[in-house]
Amino acid sequence: MMLTVNHYIILSAILFSIGAVGVLMRRNPLIMFMSIELMLNAVNLAFVGFSRYLQSIDGQVFVFLILTVAAAEVAVGLAIIVALFRTRQTVNVDEANTLKG
Amino acid sequence: MDLDPIVVTLIEALIKTIVVIIALLTAFAYLTLVERYVIAKIQSRIGPNRVGAIGGIALLQPIADAIKMIFKEDFWPAQADKIIYTIAPGIAVGTALLAWAVMPLHPSTEIFGYHIDFYIADVNIAVLYLLAIGSLGIYGIVLGGWGSNNKYSMLGALRSTAQMISYEISLGLALVGVLMLSGSLSLVDIVEKQSFIWNVVWQPLGFIIYFIAAVAEVNRLPFDLPEAETELVAGYQTEYSSLKFALFYMAEYINMLTVSAIASTMFLGGYQGPFGILPGVHWLILKIMFFIFVMMWMRGTLPRFRYDQLMGFGWKVLLPLALANIFVTAIVMVIFK
Amino acid sequence: MELIPFYFLAALGVIAALGVVMLRNPVYSALCLAVVFVSLAGLYVLLSAPFLAAAQVMIYAGAILILFVFVIMLLSPGSDPLKEELKWQRPLAVIFGVALVAQLALVIALAVLPPTRGPFTPELIAQIGSTQAVGASLFTDFLLPFEITSLLLLVAIVGVIVLAKKRQ
Repeated sequence: MMLTVNHYIILSAILFSIGAVGVLMRRNPLIMFMSIELMLNAVNLAFVGFSRYLQSIDGQVFVFLILTVAAAEVAVGLAIIVALFRTRQTVNVDEANTLKG
Repeated sequence: MDLDPIVVTLIEALIKTIVVIIALLTAFAYLTLVERYVIAKIQSRIGPNRVGAIGGIALLQPIADAIKMIFKEDFWPAQADKIIYTIAPGIAVGTALLAWAVMPLHPSTEIFGYHIDFYIADVNIAVLYLLAIGSLGIYGIVLGGWGSNNKYSMLGALRSTAQMISYEISLGLALVGVLMLSGSLSLVDIVEKQSFIWNVVWQPLGFIIYFIAAVAEVNRLPFDLPEAETELVAGYQTEYSSLKFALFYMAEYINMLTVSAIASTMFLGGYQGPFGILPGVHWLILKIMFFIFVMMWMRGTLPRFRYDQLMGFGWKVLLPLALANIFVTAIVMVIFK
Repeated sequence: MELIPFYFLAALGVIAALGVVMLRNPVYSALCLAVVFVSLAGLYVLLSAPFLAAAQVMIYAGAILILFVFVIMLLSPGSDPLKEELKWQRPLAVIFGVALVAQLALVIALAVLPPTRGPFTPELIAQIGSTQAVGASLFTDFLLPFEITSLLLLVAIVGVIVLAKKRQ
C-alpha cells in the first residue's frame, strides 16, 4: 500500500475533531486555547498534504502565514487570559460572564 | 557480502553518532576541570591539583567528580511532579546533543578507497534546524523548575524562559547576515564558502551580537540570572542532586560547546584554516577552545546583570543592532553585486 | 517504506492530541501539545517540506508553547474542577464531536480530488531547496498577504501592550 494524500487528510480530520471536542468540553481557557492550536495544526497538515498532492507550493506558503497569525493570536489571547486572572483570580471561563472587567 | 546501501548508510550514521557523543561527553568531563583551573588562576588560587596530578593539574579530577556525583543521594522533593522532575534533565541533555547532528567537523576525505563525510547529516535547512533545536532546549530548564515544586526553582525557570525567548531573536537575526552572504542554509556549504576569507571579516557586528546572545542562551555569566546563587540559591536546579544534577551540568557544558561550534562554523570558517592553511578538525577544536576560554574569562571577571538591565539590553540594544546589521548587509550586497 | 514512519508519527500525534484534551493538569496538556507539534514536523519532512518542519518546531514548540507554559506557571491555575456547572455540556460536546467526525468522514469519502498538477514535484523542491521555493513564492505571488501579516503582528503587539499595562 502506498502513502497517499488520503492518509494525511484523514489524520488531519482526526486531529481537527479532537481539537474541536477539546474546545467544547474543557472549561480552562488555557486548554481551550491549546485545543484551538491543535485545530490550526490539523488544518496546516491538510494544507501541506494537498500541497504535496497538487505539486504546488501555495499550501506551504499558507501554512507559513498561519504560523504567523497563530503567534499573534496566542500573544493577544494569553494577555487576555492573564488580564482575566488578575481581575477574577480564576481561569474558569464559566465565571467570566460579564462584559465589564 | 553485499549490503543494502540503506543499511550501510544507517550503520555509518550510527557509528558517527556514537563517536560524536563519546567525544562530547569526554569534552564535558574535562571542561569542568579546565573551568575550575582557569577560574582558580583568575582568582589567584591554586585550583584542583591532587587527583592524578601531572605538573600541578589534577588530570583524574573529572573521574573523581563523576564517582562522587553517582554516589550522592538522589533527592526527591516533597510534592514534586515525579514524571516532569525526572524527564526535565533528559530533555536538557537530549536537545543539547541533537544540535551536533548537522555540524561539519572535518573536510570529506577518502580513507582506504571509502568516502567519508565528517558530519552526521547535511540537510539544506541546517541553520534552521539548529535554531529549532536550540529553542526546544528551554523546556528542560522550564520543566525542571516547575517540577521541583520550589519557589526558587520556579523563579529561576520563569526568568530563564523570558531571557531565552528574548535573546533567541537576536541570536537568529545575527546569523541572517551570514546566510545572506552564503546564500545557503546548509552548514557544509557555509563552511566551504569560507575557504579563503572568513565571514567574520564581512560580518563583525553580527559576530559580536551572536556571541553576546549565545552567552545569554547558555545562561553563563554575566547572564546567569536563572541560577543567580545570591538571590535564587541555584535557580531551576536547586532541588536537583546526584545524576540528575550531573545531567543538567552536562547540558550546560554541551550547550557551551554547541554555541561555540556554531560561532566557529558560521563566522570563523569552521574547519578551514586562515587563508586556506591545512583545513581540518584541529582548527575547529582550536576555535571552540577559544570561545570556551572567553566564556570562562567572562565568568571570572564580570558581575551579573540586573534583571531589568538584561531585558533592556536584549530588546533595546541587541535587537535593533541585529536588524540594522541585516539592513546594511542587504544594501551593501545590492550595491556591490 | 514511507508507511512505517507515517503510522508511527500519526499514532504519536493522535495519542498526544487526546492527551491535550483529556489530561487535567495544564502542564501535561502543554507537553502533549509539544509532542503533537514535533510529530507534525516529522510528517512535514515526509511531505518534503523540511522548511515548514523547522519553522513548525521553532515557532510553535519553541515560542508559542513556551508562552503557554510561561502563563500556566505564572497563574498556576491547578487542575480543572471535577464538578461541572453546566451538567449538559460534556455529553453535548461529545455529540457535536461525533457529528463533526461523521461530517468530515462523509466529505472525505465523497471528495473527488482534482487531477491538475503544478510544477513543484518533490524532486524539484529538493533541487531548488524547500526554503528557496517557499521564499520565492512568498515574496512574489503572496507579497500582499505577507505585508498584511506584518501589519497584523504590529496590531497584536500594540494590543498586548494595552492589555498588559496596569490601569491608572
